[in-house]
Amino acid sequence: MRIRITKLLLLAGFASAAPLAAQITGTVTDESSDRFIIAVPPMATPADVATPAGQTAELGRKVSEIIASNLNAIDDFTPKGPAGLRTPAIAEVTAPAFAEWAGMNAEKLVQGFVRNNDDGTLTVGCYLYDVGLQSEMIRQGFSVQPRDWRRAAHKCADAIYSRLSGENPFFDSRIAYIAETGPKGNRVKRLAIMDSDGANHRFITNGQAIALTPRFSPDYKSIVYVSYIERRARIYVYDIASGRQRLVTESPNQTFSPRWSPNGQTILYSMSVGGNTDIYSISAQGGTPTRLTNSPAIETGGSFSPDGKKIAFESDRSGKQQIYVMNADGSDQQRISFGGGTYATPEWSPRGNLIAFTKITGGAFRIGVMSPSGGSEKLLTDSWQDEAPTWSPNGRVIQFFRTERGNGKTSVMQVDVTGAKERRIETPVDGSDPAWGPILP
Amino acid sequence: MSKKITTLLIATSLLAVAGCGKKPKPQDLPPPPVGAQGPTGPAAPAGPAPGSQGDFVANVSADRIFFDTDKFDVDAEDQAVLASQAAWLKRYPAVSVTIEGHADERGTRDYNIALGARRANAAKNALAALGVDAARINTVSYGKERPDALGSTEADWARNRRAVTVTVQ
Repeated sequence: MRIRITKLLLLAGFASAAPLAAQITGTVTDESSDRFIIAVPPMATPADVATPAGQTAELGRKVSEIIASNLNAIDDFTPKGPAGLRTPAIAEVTAPAFAEWAGMNAEKLVQGFVRNNDDGTLTVGCYLYDVGLQSEMIRQGFSVQPRDWRRAAHKCADAIYSRLSGENPFFDSRIAYIAETGPKGNRVKRLAIMDSDGANHRFITNGQAIALTPRFSPDYKSIVYVSYIERRARIYVYDIASGRQRLVTESPNQTFSPRWSPNGQTILYSMSVGGNTDIYSISAQGGTPTRLTNSPAIETGGSFSPDGKKIAFESDRSGKQQIYVMNADGSDQQRISFGGGTYATPEWSPRGNLIAFTKITGGAFRIGVMSPSGGSEKLLTDSWQDEAPTWSPNGRVIQFFRTERGNGKTSVMQVDVTGAKERRIETPVDGSDPAWGPILP
Repeated sequence: MSKKITTLLIATSLLAVAGCGKKPKPQDLPPPPVGAQGPTGPAAPAGPAPGSQGDFVANVSADRIFFDTDKFDVDAEDQAVLASQAAWLKRYPAVSVTIEGHADERGTRDYNIALGARRANAAKNALAALGVDAARINTVSYGKERPDALGSTEADWARNRRAVTVTVQ
């Protein structure tokens, strides 16, 4: 057992030392026997040729790195490779050397190829085998433009993950977040977007005004967020294709904490009127807002249930921040958090079965989940300040941000819903407020 | 190395003790902002221009009031500060102000924006009760996004739970 852990750490070391390794770092902390060991050797190529994305043989290795890194996010899987594994010959892709893989205790095997096509596209062939049964479990091909080669790797990882877990896919998805630079007292906060693993990063705003709390629209065409342009906190919808943005609602009051409804038709937000913050909803196209809460307490941070019928939100009407659930029209407001301490930032899982939250207890912020009726509370992280969970499209993984005590530096973090696999998402600068979008079509 | 860590720990705990009072003591107060020095250069040897931000900071007892953890009530000490601000604002009736509400880092982002809005509005209401036309007073909340004290001690947090009056020039 000891030797096995050492081997894994060595493999992780090789992977992080390799240039262009997938942009997630993590540590293998333990290895329970109910995890699948999945061999992920470098993908083969029928002919090593140059493409706009690089040589196909090199792409084969990089695709396998992404697949292994993606699968490593899940508690059930222990991927091995591609570092340290030989590249199978192209003929082996459909006729694996099962005995050899069984010899390294692999229970599953991911093989494939990267092929350059005459029309300038790339095809990534993706095969999953059961080593013990010597049988094929998946055979899929993904043809993409060379610039989208990473998406083919994510699609392959999604197919493998779905086949082995029975869950919906989530790797081929994007994150909006806030990129942070500068000193603690005058942080520059820019809207930025990236793939779910930190790749294909792009800054959206230039940092002249503070940007906060972005959310991708369900169709990925726009982002709703808070900007302090003109030194006022107001909600804008930024259109990604045109680069233009518009105010969601014209108001002399401060508006913040925006969220989309699951169908993208409605935006939920908070507004402070005379110092009192309540939750409102408005058509994404604009119009007259509807007030959903009406109390002298702070109500903020709404999150729709996946069927759009209910909203989880936070309120300090009991004296401290707690989580409540109401109908989408604001009726039937019921408190659900009773665990002691303070609860904030409820986020309803896309599966509907859990609500993630930030719990403040003993001065620390931790990420946790509970059922929509308030039961089965489980804390997933333990650090000084972990805040603002966002769900993967399939509700199995949570990203959040971690702030360091003292210097205020922030990181985008990820943890699977069992709490077992926590990792930092590499971003070009510090990052906060991650918001996970849906699976890409 | 371990000695250094020990020293740091002692320094931190001293700060924590010093910060036990809920509001910062005068010696904890930040230096006045740069604008308080007034325009520099030979053109303005006599101090800040009347009605300017520098003039405001030089002639009020403080440009900010402080709050207890998670609170937004204005106490007698704050009232005295705001009374000095109101007196100045009555001398310059054409000047408008923005009150910036802030929270310390121990709350979540959205909640702290709402809490800062409560604080800015409490200061606004107090100024209005002192006779300043409410139409001259805007508010904005920065939540925990713009701390003034940069550490993570009780004393730092006390300095950051504030409402700051800034003249609009």
